[in-house]
Amino acid sequence: MTTLDTPRAGSPAPPPPEPPRTRRARLRVPARVRRAGLPYLLLLPALLLELLIHLVPMGVGIVMSFKELTQQYIRTWGDAPWSGLDNFRVAVDFDAPVGEALLRSFGVTCAFTVLAVGLAWLLGVTAAVLMQENFRGRGLLRALFLTPYALPVYAAVITWSFMLQRDNGLVNHVVHEQLGLTDSPPFWLIGDNSFFALVVVAVWRTWPFAFLILMAALQNIPRELYEAAQVDGAGIWQQVRRITLPSLRPVNQVLVLVLFLWTFNDFNVPYLLFGKAAPESADLISIHIYQSSFVTWDFGAGSAMSVLLLLFLLLVTAVYLLVTSRGRKHDG
Amino acid sequence: MRVRRSAPGRPVLRRTAALAAVSALTMAATACGGGSSTGDEGSNKNPGTLTYWATNQGSSLEHDKKVLTPELKKFEKETGIDVKLEVVPWDSLLDRILAATSSGQGPDVLNIGNTWSASLQATGALLPWDAKNLKKIGGKDRFTPSALAAAGAEGKPPAAVPLYSLAYGLYYNKQMFKDAGIAKPPETWDELVDTGKKLTGDGKYGLAVEGGNPVENAHHAFVFGKQHGADFFDSSGEPTFDKPANVKAVKQYVDFLASDGIAAEGNAEYAKNESVRDFATGKAGMLLWQAAASSLKSHGMKPDEYGVAPVPAQSADASGERAVNTMVAGINLAVFKNTDNLDGALKFVKFMTSTEEQKALNGTYGSIPPVKEAQQDAAFSTPDLKVLRDVLANSSAPLPQVPDESKFETLVGTAMKELFAEAASGKSVSTGTVQERLTEAQQQMQK
Amino acid sequence: MADTATRPAAPAPTPAAVRAPVRRSPTAPPRSFVWTRRIVLSLLGVFTATPVYVMLSSSLKPLDDVTGSFRWFPSNLTVQPYIDIWDTVPLARYFLNSLIVAGAATVCSVVIAVFAAYAVSRYRFRGRRVFTVTILSTQMFPGILFLLPLFLIFVNIGNTTGIALYGSRGALILTYLTFTLPFSVWMLIGYFDSIPKDLDEAALVDGCGPLGALFRVVVPAAIPGIVAVAVYSFMTAWGEVLFASVMTNGTTRTLAIGLQGYATQTQVYWNQVMAASLVASVPVVAGFLLLQRYLVAGLTAGAVK
Repeated sequence: MTTLDTPRAGSPAPPPPEPPRTRRARLRVPARVRRAGLPYLLLLPALLLELLIHLVPMGVGIVMSFKELTQQYIRTWGDAPWSGLDNFRVAVDFDAPVGEALLRSFGVTCAFTVLAVGLAWLLGVTAAVLMQENFRGRGLLRALFLTPYALPVYAAVITWSFMLQRDNGLVNHVVHEQLGLTDSPPFWLIGDNSFFALVVVAVWRTWPFAFLILMAALQNIPRELYEAAQVDGAGIWQQVRRITLPSLRPVNQVLVLVLFLWTFNDFNVPYLLFGKAAPESADLISIHIYQSSFVTWDFGAGSAMSVLLLLFLLLVTAVYLLVTSRGRKHDG
Repeated sequence: MRVRRSAPGRPVLRRTAALAAVSALTMAATACGGGSSTGDEGSNKNPGTLTYWATNQGSSLEHDKKVLTPELKKFEKETGIDVKLEVVPWDSLLDRILAATSSGQGPDVLNIGNTWSASLQATGALLPWDAKNLKKIGGKDRFTPSALAAAGAEGKPPAAVPLYSLAYGLYYNKQMFKDAGIAKPPETWDELVDTGKKLTGDGKYGLAVEGGNPVENAHHAFVFGKQHGADFFDSSGEPTFDKPANVKAVKQYVDFLASDGIAAEGNAEYAKNESVRDFATGKAGMLLWQAAASSLKSHGMKPDEYGVAPVPAQSADASGERAVNTMVAGINLAVFKNTDNLDGALKFVKFMTSTEEQKALNGTYGSIPPVKEAQQDAAFSTPDLKVLRDVLANSSAPLPQVPDESKFETLVGTAMKELFAEAASGKSVSTGTVQERLTEAQQQMQK
Repeated sequence: MADTATRPAAPAPTPAAVRAPVRRSPTAPPRSFVWTRRIVLSLLGVFTATPVYVMLSSSLKPLDDVTGSFRWFPSNLTVQPYIDIWDTVPLARYFLNSLIVAGAATVCSVVIAVFAAYAVSRYRFRGRRVFTVTILSTQMFPGILFLLPLFLIFVNIGNTTGIALYGSRGALILTYLTFTLPFSVWMLIGYFDSIPKDLDEAALVDGCGPLGALFRVVVPAAIPGIVAVAVYSFMTAWGEVLFASVMTNGTTRTLAIGLQGYATQTQVYWNQVMAASLVASVPVVAGFLLLQRYLVAGLTAGAVK
C-alpha cells in the first residue's frame, strides 16, 4: 500500500503534495471551544503513564536520596531518618574512597561514551555512504548489518562473553593462536583490557542503529543534487564530501545525542558481560550505582548518585542543544 | 532529542509551573508511600496455602523442582496445605528478597544463603526463632550448634533455621597424585604449595581457584584470616579489613596464582564454576570447594577418582581458631514475619527439618544434614562426606554474623578479584598492593 | 526540526520506494570507490556476523566441545541442545511470557502514542511544548534511579486497590510501554507532520469528526511510521533486563531473566545458552528484518528530518 492512498474521495493526484512545511498552519475548525479539550483528552493516557511510571518514581527517587536508607529501614522506608545532604556530600567528596570511586567510574563512563559513540557513528556513516548506491548483495548485507541491533541484548552479550573468555574464547583463539599477536593470551573480561572489550561490544550493538538512521536520512537527499554535481564534473568522493556529509548534519545532531544518552546510561551490556562486580576499568556509572544501592543495600547513597548523574545529563543535553542549534542557525 | 525552536518568551514560565505541579504530585505520592509498616506480625488469615522460595541446589532449576515437588505433595497430604514453589536463581535471589522485604509482599517461607542471615536479620523482616518458635519444630537441640551459629547475630534469636549444611574440603585427583608420586594429601599450606608445584606442568596445574568470583574469594579470605589469628570485623562489628594478619591472609591466597604459580593464570577470570570443571577434567589436581560431589558427577568424574581431605592449616599443630579450616557454609530456611499463614509456615519448617526429609533432601543434593539425628544415617558416612562432617563439627567457624556481612563479601571479594586480575596480567602483587586494596575496601564500609 | 534550504519536496516515501535502488549516477563509480566499498564492507560484515556465527555453531555442539578450546567448525554436530533447553529451564513458559508482555506493551504503546502524536501534530494548545519537552527528557532518566521507587509504587497501588501489580505481567507491560512512549510519540509527531494537513482537513469538511479523520486518513497514511514504532517497542520490551529481574517471579519471568537459568550451581551449559539465545532471538530478528523497510520509511519521514 502506498502512503497516500487514502480513502478520501476526490483528492487531487494522490502523491507528492506538500513538503512537511505546513506545521504552523492551524486547523481552523468550527466550534473550537468545544474542541479545545480534545487534544488534552488525546494526551491523557500518555500523560498519566508518564506520571505514574517516570515522573513520580523519579520524584520518589529524589526524596530517597535525602534519606538514610540502609537495610535497617528498607522494610519501613517511610520511617527512614532524613540525612539532609549527607548522601550527596559523601558522593562528591573526591578525597574519600566512595567519592573517589564514583569519580573514577564517571571518568571511565565518559571515556567509554566518547569512544563508543564516536566509533558507532563512524561505522554507521561509512556503511551508509558506501551502501547508498545499489550493488549486488546490498539488501542481504543491509539485513546482516542490522542484525546486532535486532538481537535481544542478553542473547548478544552472552555470546560475546563466551567469545571473550581467556582460555577458550574465540577472540584469543584468533588473536593469540591463529595470528600470534600476543605472547600470552590476554584477558578481556578482567583487568584493563575489559574497557576495550566493553567498547567493542557496545559499538557492535549500537552502530547498526546509526547506520539505520543515516541510511534513512540519505534517502532524503534529492537525486538532482548529485546529478547537478556530476554535470559540474565532481567525482564520487567529492560528491560524498560536498553533498552527502553536509546534508546529514541535522540528523547527526539528533543521532549523536540519542547515542550519547543510551550509551552513557547503558546498564545491560556491562551487567551481562561482567556480572555484578565490573572490573575497575569497565566500571560504568550505572553499574557502579547498581552496586552502591542493590548489592551493598544503601539506597540513599545510590539515589544520590543517580540524581547527580541525572543533573549531569540534563546539563550536557542542554548545552549540546544550545550549541548545535546556534551553529545551525548561522548556517541558516 | 528533537528540538523545535520555541517561540521566544513564555514557555519558560509554563515549564516552571508544570514542574511545580509535578513536584507537588511527587510529594503526595511519597507521603503515602513507604512499604508496609502495618501488619508486621504474622497472622493465619490464609491457612490453606504457602509460598516457598527455594534456592538452586541441583543441576538446574527444573531439576530442583522435580526433587522438591514430591516432598511438597507429601506435606500437602499430611497437612492439607498447598505449597506454591518457586525456585529462584541465585543471580536474582538477593534482589528478590530485597524487593520482598521493602514491599512486604514476599513468600511465606524462603531459603537464604546462611551468610546473609545477620544482614537479613537486621531488616527485621524475618521471623525470629526464639525458644517458643524453636520448640514448635522440636527445639534447638536437634540442630548442630555450628549450623545454628550461622543463622543470625550472636545473642539474638536466630533469623532462620539450618536446612542444608556444607563445608569446604580439599578435593584431590587420586590418579594425578599417584603419577606425581605423592602419597597423601597436604596438611599445611606449605605442603600444598609443594604438592601443587609437583603437579604443575604440561598444561596442568596444582590447584584451581575461582578468582573472578567475589563471594568465593571472600570465603577463603575469611578462613585464611582465622588461621592467621585475625577477623574481618572486631567485637563491636567494626570492619578491620586491612589489619596486617588479614593482609597476610589475602596475599597468601592470591599468591597461589601470583607467586607460587600453582594455579593457572586463566583462573583469575573464573566466576562460573569453571574451576570445578578444570578439576573434574584433570586440568588441575586440587580444588578447595564445598560439597562438590554432585557437580563433579555431572562433569563425569567418578567418586573413586578423587579424594577429600580437610582444608590445610598454617602448621600441623595449629589449634583453636587457628585450626579453623572451613566456614560454616549452607542454606537456611527463614519465615517472613508478616506471613498470613504463620502456623502453616511453622509446620512447613518442621516438615523440612524432620529427620526423614533431611535425609532425603541432603542425600539428593550431596550436602550434610544440620539435624543431628539425620546425620547419623549411613548415607552421610561415605569417606568424603565424613571428612566434611567432621570439619564442620570440629574446626569450622561461621562467617561474621554482622549486618554488614554482605558488604564484606562484596567489597573484599571484589578487591581480591582485582588482585587476581593484576597478578594474572603480570603485575606483581606485593604486601603493599594488598594492603592498599583492603584499606580502600574498608573505607567504603564507613562512608 | 529546522532544515536546510535544500529540503526536498518529497512525500513520505513508501516502502516500495525505499526498496527501489537509488540510482544516483548512470556511470559506474570509479574503481577506487568500488574497492574501498568491498574492503570496508567485508570487514564490517565479518565483525557483525562473527558473534551470530558463534551463537549458531556453538548451539550445535555437544557440551564438551563448548567448554574446551574454541574451534571454528564443530567436529560433532548435534541438535541435542535444542531438545535439552526446554527441560533445563521452563523455556516455553518464559517465551510465552515475553510474547505476552512485549506484544501487549507494543499494542498499547502504539495506540497511546498515536493519540498523543496526533494531538501534538495537529493542534496548538497550552502546554504542548511542556508536554513534548517533558516526555523527551524522560529518555535521560537512569533506570536505576527509579527502579526501586517504581516497584514500591506498584506495591502501594496493589495494597490500596487490591490489584496485584507486583510480579504480574501487567506491571511489566505498563513499565515497558511507558519506556517506549517518548521515542514513539516523538517519531510519530514527525511522521504525522509530514502528512499534508489538507488530507485530514478535507476529511473534517466531509463530516468526519477529528477521530474519524485520525483513523480514516492519518493512520492509514502513517502505516510505515506506525510499524516502525511498533517494531521499536517490541524490541525494547523483548530485550529489557533490569526491571524484569526485580519485577517478575517464577510464573511471570521473561526470557531476559530466564536465560540466566542455564548457568547453574554446577556448570554453565554453554551450548544450551546459545541454543536458547537463538530461540529467543528468532522472532525479533525475523520480524525486524521483514519489517525493516517500513522502519527505514518511518524514520525517513518521521525522525530523520
